[in-house]
Amino acid sequence: MDEIADQLHLRWSPEVRLALVGVYRRGVPFSEELAKRLVNLGREVDLGRIDITQYRDDLKSFTVLPKLEGSDIRFELDDAVVILCDEVIHTGRTCRAALDELLGFGRPRCVQLAVLVDRPGRQMPFQADYAGIRADLPREERVNVCFSSVDGRDEVFVTPWEQKLC
Amino acid sequence: MTPRKDLLDIASLTDEEIEFVLSNAVPFKDLFQRTVKKVPTLKGQSVLTLFYEPSTRTRSSFDVAATRLSADVVHFDIESSSVVKGESVLDTVETLESMRVDYIIVRHKQSGIPELIARNTRASVINAGDGWHAHPTQALLDAFTLREKFKDLRGARALIVGDIQHSRVARSTSLILRRQGMSVAYLAPGSMMPRETPAEIPLFGNWDDAFAWCPDVIYLLRVQSERMDEPFFPSASEYHRCYGLTDARVEVLRERGLWLMHPGPVNRGVEITDRGMNYERSLINQQVENGIAVRMSVLYWLKPGAGL
Repeated sequence: MDEIADQLHLRWSPEVRLALVGVYRRGVPFSEELAKRLVNLGREVDLGRIDITQYRDDLKSFTVLPKLEGSDIRFELDDAVVILCDEVIHTGRTCRAALDELLGFGRPRCVQLAVLVDRPGRQMPFQADYAGIRADLPREERVNVCFSSVDGRDEVFVTPWEQKLC
Repeated sequence: MTPRKDLLDIASLTDEEIEFVLSNAVPFKDLFQRTVKKVPTLKGQSVLTLFYEPSTRTRSSFDVAATRLSADVVHFDIESSSVVKGESVLDTVETLESMRVDYIIVRHKQSGIPELIARNTRASVINAGDGWHAHPTQALLDAFTLREKFKDLRGARALIVGDIQHSRVARSTSLILRRQGMSVAYLAPGSMMPRETPAEIPLFGNWDDAFAWCPDVIYLLRVQSERMDEPFFPSASEYHRCYGLTDARVEVLRERGLWLMHPGPVNRGVEITDRGMNYERSLINQQVENGIAVRMSVLYWLKPGAGL
């Protein structure tokens, strides 16, 4: 996370209006952690969050419907440089949904993607611009990312796909 | 939350289901502030409105709700359809079933018709008002509107005024408010008071007694124009004098800071005066706006074919 924050700081000059947008759920604490580090580097950043539930392409096949969190973008999106933050990129479908939802709020200058874990398996044409680690894992394994702010501990670990711990 | 196929009344909902619909309505309402007021939730799905009773507001509200969820909306026009030629409700449903619509919004003057339709179609059925029986989305939007004003509904008091006996709104709204922990009382002429009411609901015959009960919310019911010809109904001016919100009574509301609600459309000069319509604590317009958010939330939750 320190490295990603440094990269963002180097890549975007201070005049640029930088906005970090976390994708529910674990993308949100990830974006907050990055924001904290950028503030420590002396930058001002806007923070927002995106709920992609209604943009999922498999929504009506759910047997249990999730409660909606709602997206929260309180800043002017037009002309901002948006860093979409998610804890893992895998198939790229979440990213597609998040981008659709995000663009409902306005027209950013550009959108980049930051992830903590980048794993292969793309089903959509998306790539991470910033990644903490890259890990090639078998399809039947799941990457779990825990953040101390929501889970009480910072941890990244792998479990079988059907076992979701964070 | 497990999706359900139909929404027919409030009584059959669990507390968790009510909570799910009301809390999800909050992000749907936030959507109205955005540049793009639309989400793709029901993309590719069709919503059909089947109104056997005239209604502009409820129908448009469902129309807007479904459109903002990206559904295709079709109005089944009763006047011009073969219903006037005597086609039965079930024949119509069979036709709709062949059209493979996903959601049917029904209003009918006879209680129980939405349930009858629901039993005979794979589509999700939403009751938009049936006879004296129920109007669940009105009740949900009323509860949602009050939750925006009260941190905690428990202990708050609502006085429902008007033709309680013949009102599906009174039935559904009274039930949901009590389930949210509110106290509810009725103010009505004897001919419009239900013969049987739950023991916890105080019944009043005049405003003085009703005001003495110290309500926080005044909920006026619409006087149905077709009732006015019936022998037990006093004249419109008599109704206004005895049970309407006169300017003097609006002053009482203002002094006490009470909230005012009405399911619409208002008969000015009957339920309420022109001046009363400008009362600053009137929630009537919020009810309309919230109706869209709550109906979006209901459409999000229901799933065609669920449980079949």
